[in-house]
Amino acid sequence: MATSAETLEREDRLGGIGCSRKRKEDPRFIQGKGNYVDDIKMPGMVYGDIVRSPYAHARIKSINKDRALALPGVHAVITAEDLKPLNLHWMPTLAGDVQAVLADEKVAFQNQEVAMVIADDRYIAADAVELVEVEYEELPPVVDPHASMKPDAPVIREDLVGKDEAGQGKRIHDNHIFTWEAGEKAATDSIFDGAEITVKEEMVNPRVHPCPLETCGCVASMDKIRGDLTVYMTSQAPHIVRTVVSMLSGVPESKVRIISPDIGGGFGNKVGVYPGYVVAIVASIVLGRPVKWIEDRIENLSTTAFARDYHMTGELASDREGHIKALRVNVLADHGAFNSHAQPTKWPAGLFSVCTGSYDIPNAYVRVDGVYTNKAPGGVAYRCSFRVTEAVYVIERMIDVLAQKLDIDKAEIRRRNFIRPEQFPYHSALGWEYDSGDYPTALDKVLEAVDYEGLRREQAEKRARGELMGIGLCTFTEIVGAGPSKACDVLGVGMFDSCEIRVHPTGSAIARMGTITQGQGHQTTYAQIIASELGIPSEEVEIEEGDTSTAPYGLGTYGSRSTPVGGAATAQAARKLRDKARRIAAHLLEVSEDDLDWDVDRFKVKGVPGQEKTMKEIAWAAYNDVPDGMEMGLETVEYYDPPNFTFPFGAYLCVIDIDRYTGEGKIRRFYALDDCGTRINPMIIEGQIHGGLTEAFAVAMGQELVFDEQGNLLSGSLLDYFLPTAWETPKWETDYTVTPSPHHPLGAKGVAESPHVGGIPCISNAVNDAFSHLGVTHIGMPHTAFNVWKTIHSLGLDKRDQT
Amino acid sequence: MTKQQISFVLNGQPVEVLVEPRELLIHTLREQLHQTGSHIGCETTHCGACTVDLDGKSVKSCTVLAVQVSGREVLTVEGLAVNGELHPVQEGFMQEHGLQCGFCTPGMMMRAYRFLQENPDPSEDEIRWGMSGNLCRCTGYQNIVKAIQYAARKLQSAEGA
Ligand code: FES
Ligand code: FES
Repeated sequence: MATSAETLEREDRLGGIGCSRKRKEDPRFIQGKGNYVDDIKMPGMVYGDIVRSPYAHARIKSINKDRALALPGVHAVITAEDLKPLNLHWMPTLAGDVQAVLADEKVAFQNQEVAMVIADDRYIAADAVELVEVEYEELPPVVDPHASMKPDAPVIREDLVGKDEAGQGKRIHDNHIFTWEAGEKAATDSIFDGAEITVKEEMVNPRVHPCPLETCGCVASMDKIRGDLTVYMTSQAPHIVRTVVSMLSGVPESKVRIISPDIGGGFGNKVGVYPGYVVAIVASIVLGRPVKWIEDRIENLSTTAFARDYHMTGELASDREGHIKALRVNVLADHGAFNSHAQPTKWPAGLFSVCTGSYDIPNAYVRVDGVYTNKAPGGVAYRCSFRVTEAVYVIERMIDVLAQKLDIDKAEIRRRNFIRPEQFPYHSALGWEYDSGDYPTALDKVLEAVDYEGLRREQAEKRARGELMGIGLCTFTEIVGAGPSKACDVLGVGMFDSCEIRVHPTGSAIARMGTITQGQGHQTTYAQIIASELGIPSEEVEIEEGDTSTAPYGLGTYGSRSTPVGGAATAQAARKLRDKARRIAAHLLEVSEDDLDWDVDRFKVKGVPGQEKTMKEIAWAAYNDVPDGMEMGLETVEYYDPPNFTFPFGAYLCVIDIDRYTGEGKIRRFYALDDCGTRINPMIIEGQIHGGLTEAFAVAMGQELVFDEQGNLLSGSLLDYFLPTAWETPKWETDYTVTPSPHHPLGAKGVAESPHVGGIPCISNAVNDAFSHLGVTHIGMPHTAFNVWKTIHSLGLDKRDQT
Repeated sequence: MTKQQISFVLNGQPVEVLVEPRELLIHTLREQLHQTGSHIGCETTHCGACTVDLDGKSVKSCTVLAVQVSGREVLTVEGLAVNGELHPVQEGFMQEHGLQCGFCTPGMMMRAYRFLQENPDPSEDEIRWGMSGNLCRCTGYQNIVKAIQYAARKLQSAEGA
């Protein structure tokens, strides 16, 4: 049936799925009217500031608070001793370990929280921090995860001595946390033993930090008379935080209210529960007044969250034509001083086993060993699903190494190994069911768009002249949308998500979700879903998230969960209401439900033009004229437990020119094709891809938390930790294909992390490709000019012609 | 610490405020004058989230003492729209999707506001260089560049009119 112009016009007016609707959240942000945690002020509010350890490993001999307490305006100095009677000096972590809230007799990483000072304003608090006298006895620190596993390594966690378990399986050393395996070891080993070709490479994903522009913080307010605890918090997961806070504090969950107001970027940094939050809450409970704690940038980079620190050995076995027969990966994972990784509880290595990537690899085995070091805890997934960046990095680098060994073109070797479109749903050797994909089409589209052959010709010419030009490819598959509750939980709570929709009598609506936006534009995109599903213009749909007292319970926004899980919940909730609306329409029109057709924003009686009821009319009727026996109102809530993860994918290509004297790399071209299934708002998708690619660029080219041997963090401020400016950032070209997810109600898959996950190996592959004709197989990240120059210099490429 | 009375012009209005000599302008603006549009991303002059306009120059207000602005004129994001009408820079950020989390946005726009007076018809490279004191973690800058180009066009056509 042809769609009439009138229908199209009505569709247009809805502003639904597929339109590049301008963002609903922008007017307040561009006028300085955002409401971030540090903007919140409450009567009687005091400020917390943290006394931190200068040492990475030391015993605390004494703490003297007297001088600090004597300073006018100081209300309290809280230490582990003060938290002990409340049993809050340690807290359980999401990973089954415990973490010191304030250092208990010993510090295990630099800048560890030792005490919190509470004072009238932040200046007095900062002064008082200087006046708290802590006497330390230094202990030898362990910074390197390999050194940590040596037989005579200093013991980092004395509280665990004699325990052969730290919440995630058997430990084999005092500094060992867990061993996690996936796949068939014996079968994989035997393929390797008999393989025609094998390649092996060691590679590190350096320790980095998500570093959103807003640091972490909270305002905790205990109302002693009502017995209510309200906490404004920079949290990507307010509901689970409420559960944790209730469990820790003993305040019933019904009396705890966590509010995530506007969040200035998260990228994983704001998933965890950090000591600063906990002590601020305790201080508020003790003092009975609101306590604000906002970390500064150095505290942010050095204590709350980090990502990666994966020390990997990747191996591939193949035949002479490059058909991969097996993958083997061994990882040493540096988890810092406490295992407080923020990830689904049963997955100590996250979803790392997606490391067979986009390729049909029949046999695989991975082993990950987590270890303690004297570095900050709190590992998070930095703009990616749990450990997926690491997984994609190892396979995308290794396939290039294999291509190099066999002298096969890097696009061609991918083509030879791709999971073919007709193989979906595809069962990977490591146990995943990939929902949908079309990898060859994506790759071909990119190669054509950039004239790949032409680029390779240009590269050959440049190589002949001694110039360095690299072409990087990455054909990645991500796994996002955690997750089916049968597979994933956080502290026993299944990883569903939720949406509640309430349509008002006059036809506008409010919807609330268990997720929370940190810049992704949920207030815009969720309304588009409701518009398309329910026929209410997106302009008339308000979206609210982040207040645990009003929003339905959900697990929050990270690991690209919002569209795959929250978006699905939204669509399902809207469909429930549309079903009810259909019954009301049938009643109003006095026909049977089967006689009705849904048409954009109304139900029409089949074959009787003009006999119709709009959503607006139905909404009104829902409050005064419903069929017999039907409950009034037009409101519902959906808790959506996804049947599977979604598997977005993409094909990226990067061209880099490297100065052979300085090592400086300039990305000349970056072409990113993403397939995230159904596209809800193309403008927002493109913005997310730009942002993710820029964060990938940062990681590949410069970011690293660098430690010296004493465990001092050397890149703990924005002076030393690389955040690219507009000047360095390359220009991004974007493209897409659409392969809907078969199990998601809208076919959508989630997108914002793909560019980070795929971008890092793509850029790293480009840098490596620039040297591959010289026999170099792997140069590690970050590819700073100095690091690249070291390779150049060792190859003698920087010698000037004497002629 | 003894406090000192200062007065200055904030977004066109005279203000008086009592400050410690060591107090940073960003704190005076945010805590005392309740203008929370300017943000703090680092307090070390790197991120630009605190950028405001001081007597016709962009400054990072985390690196200016409040006492230094005594008798001078400060413009913050709250003063950018005039009589409810958005400044072309604000409009550009909205139209070109130049913001995501919004945290860098006020500082970014204040810098763009000044930059376009320094260079009303900039090339893309000039924009990228001119804005390089302001960090954004979300957008990858591409749409910020477009937003500033939008504003430049709009300001120029207003001038020409
Ligand atoms: S807060 Fe002033 S430059 Fe970052
Ligand atoms: S929009 Fe988030 S930092 Fe720029």
